[in-house]
Amino acid sequence: MRTILVWIPPVRLSELPKGALAVVERVLDAHAADPIAQRLRDLGFVDGEPVRVVAVGPMGGDPVLIQIGFTRFALRRAEAARVSVRAEVAA
Amino acid sequence: MSASSLRIALVGNPNCGKTALFNLLTGGRQKVANYAGVTVERKEGRFMAPSGRLLQILDLPGTYSLEANSPDEQITRDICAGTFPGEAVPDLIVCVADATNLRLHLRFVLEVKRLGRPVVLALNMMDTARSRGIVIDVPELSRRLGLPVVETVAVKRGGAQALIERVDGEVPAAAPRQPDDAADRADLHAQVRELLTATVTMPRVTAEIDDALDRWTLHPVFGLAILAVVMFLVFQAVYSLGKPMTDAIGDGFGWLGAHVAAWMPAGPLQSLVNDGLFGGLGTVLGFLPEILVLFFFIIVLEESGYLPRAAFLLDRLMLSVGLTGRSFIPLLSSFACAIPGIMGTRSITDPRDRLTTILIAPLMTCSARLPVYALLIGAFIPIHYVFGVFNLQGLVLFALYLAGILGAMLVGWVMKHIRRDKSEHALMMELPSYRLPKLRDVAIGLYERGMIFLRRLTGVILGLTVLMWFLSTFPGAPEGATRPAIEYSFAGYIGRALQYVFAPIGFNWQISLALIPAFAARETAVAALATVYLVGGESGGLGQALAGQIPLASALSLLVWFAYAPQCMSTLAIIKRETDSWRNVAISFGYMFVMAYTASFIVYQVTRALT
Repeated sequence: MRTILVWIPPVRLSELPKGALAVVERVLDAHAADPIAQRLRDLGFVDGEPVRVVAVGPMGGDPVLIQIGFTRFALRRAEAARVSVRAEVAA
Repeated sequence: MSASSLRIALVGNPNCGKTALFNLLTGGRQKVANYAGVTVERKEGRFMAPSGRLLQILDLPGTYSLEANSPDEQITRDICAGTFPGEAVPDLIVCVADATNLRLHLRFVLEVKRLGRPVVLALNMMDTARSRGIVIDVPELSRRLGLPVVETVAVKRGGAQALIERVDGEVPAAAPRQPDDAADRADLHAQVRELLTATVTMPRVTAEIDDALDRWTLHPVFGLAILAVVMFLVFQAVYSLGKPMTDAIGDGFGWLGAHVAAWMPAGPLQSLVNDGLFGGLGTVLGFLPEILVLFFFIIVLEESGYLPRAAFLLDRLMLSVGLTGRSFIPLLSSFACAIPGIMGTRSITDPRDRLTTILIAPLMTCSARLPVYALLIGAFIPIHYVFGVFNLQGLVLFALYLAGILGAMLVGWVMKHIRRDKSEHALMMELPSYRLPKLRDVAIGLYERGMIFLRRLTGVILGLTVLMWFLSTFPGAPEGATRPAIEYSFAGYIGRALQYVFAPIGFNWQISLALIPAFAARETAVAALATVYLVGGESGGLGQALAGQIPLASALSLLVWFAYAPQCMSTLAIIKRETDSWRNVAISFGYMFVMAYTASFIVYQVTRALT
């Protein structure tokens, strides 16, 4: 099976299914001076960083567990929705 | 700073093994207090370096960034910058980074370096890094960072040798201070990537063991099942290890009190020593085994990395009632006793979530309520089978536990809607690698919790216990009195006065009186009722006496009262201690009183109408 990287428009990290791979585009502020968005950037959610949805919570798929770099972060959906990503899809 | 001492601040990301390193360096020589004006824990330790220099080490709260989002992070930022009032500027900052997680941790190192203060980088967990095949070119990393870098293994004896030698030597020169702006912050990530490419070889990004364990522990079905099993085992241990020790301590002090009293002339002093002092000590120290057993498991679960996994599984559920996944363990602990539960809220970093958890923790049915429940249920609820399988007595007990949980959910939900600060508070919780907890770290953690309880609370609780004893003893019964002495005491008068307050919820003056000593410890309500109803200690007799003299409606009302009432002053004392605010004590007392009164009123009036 070949893996082809296809360009698709940016989506939010919260929309990805379990197991999905993606690359961070940027973190969007939910409001002016959003401390949560700033902290996400400090945690490494910056342009070009690969991420993976490792697991989702048992209730409503919330929170989501994201592998970024060597670290795993549990993010609530509202937090993950701040991260704009380019999904990598295996075709 | 004198030439013979050096102030060191230990900083790092959460989960970098900073506290384990601190424990290794200082051993038991630690002082735990709070920072001035806030309820953030301040941990300082000291040790003598080989050169004879005294090293004073401050273990600062872990943070991902100097852009602080919470009070503990502000403290780390301000102390590193040297602007925290009342704290000396550290002579040296030791920045601790997990060698297996440098992508995240090096960014913080760069941020600290920009403060323009002398910094040493400790690459911690080098043993784990090596076993995972991670290769770090330390001299090159040091050269590129412009900082001295030492390797440490916080979990091994002698694992901090290189660090001790380095800090004992000459204080390194500080890097130039750099201004902080948004463009630079983004740039730090680029610098980290460059550093990693140049100095670190990483065979794979995660540890295989973590992936394997997480597949099970975070599984929607198996994960919850594992959590249920873990919690079940913890509770079994609390009841099979903690409870007998608690009873033994209570009995021991009772025996000791009786023996000391035997040497004393009869009179108020004898009564004070026996009932007030030894009885009170038995109650206070009786909390200790359960607290220690519970904390043993909480610390082991936290150190092993399982606690954040449990929080991950339950976050959605807890969030719906205004809490966070991290609230779960403290609330669960409160089923044994609210005191360790409230002390356990320290693992909740967000102050608002922590306060909500503290306020609802006492609604969980603690073990001290059980004797009261057992007495009243045994006396008033018939052994009757519902649908042929469920014992009605068991159902009522279950309903009382459920009442506590539903009440807590209701309060959490109401608080979520009435609080002024409705802003979004983030989870953003790291799930660290699994680790085997080290005996030293568990022992130091347990010692600290035990000492906090003994030092800060024993005085308060003992004082209040003696006060309760005073109220129930004085003035003594007059000559030729036929009724129990307690009826003539202040407690008797207060009980009689309180009956007007409690009449609408069906409490007579005897019950109102029993509520007074119950404030010291709930289970003493049973003994107090026995005293006023003139029966011996065994509860079978008391149950019959109660059933003859109290209507069913009052008994049910009393059960509900115990489910919600602001009782046990030890809990209120720990709320004061953990939140450092009388206002929070007043809020918890007030809301629980209103809640208990309302619920008992409804139960009493409805039952009366139906029977």
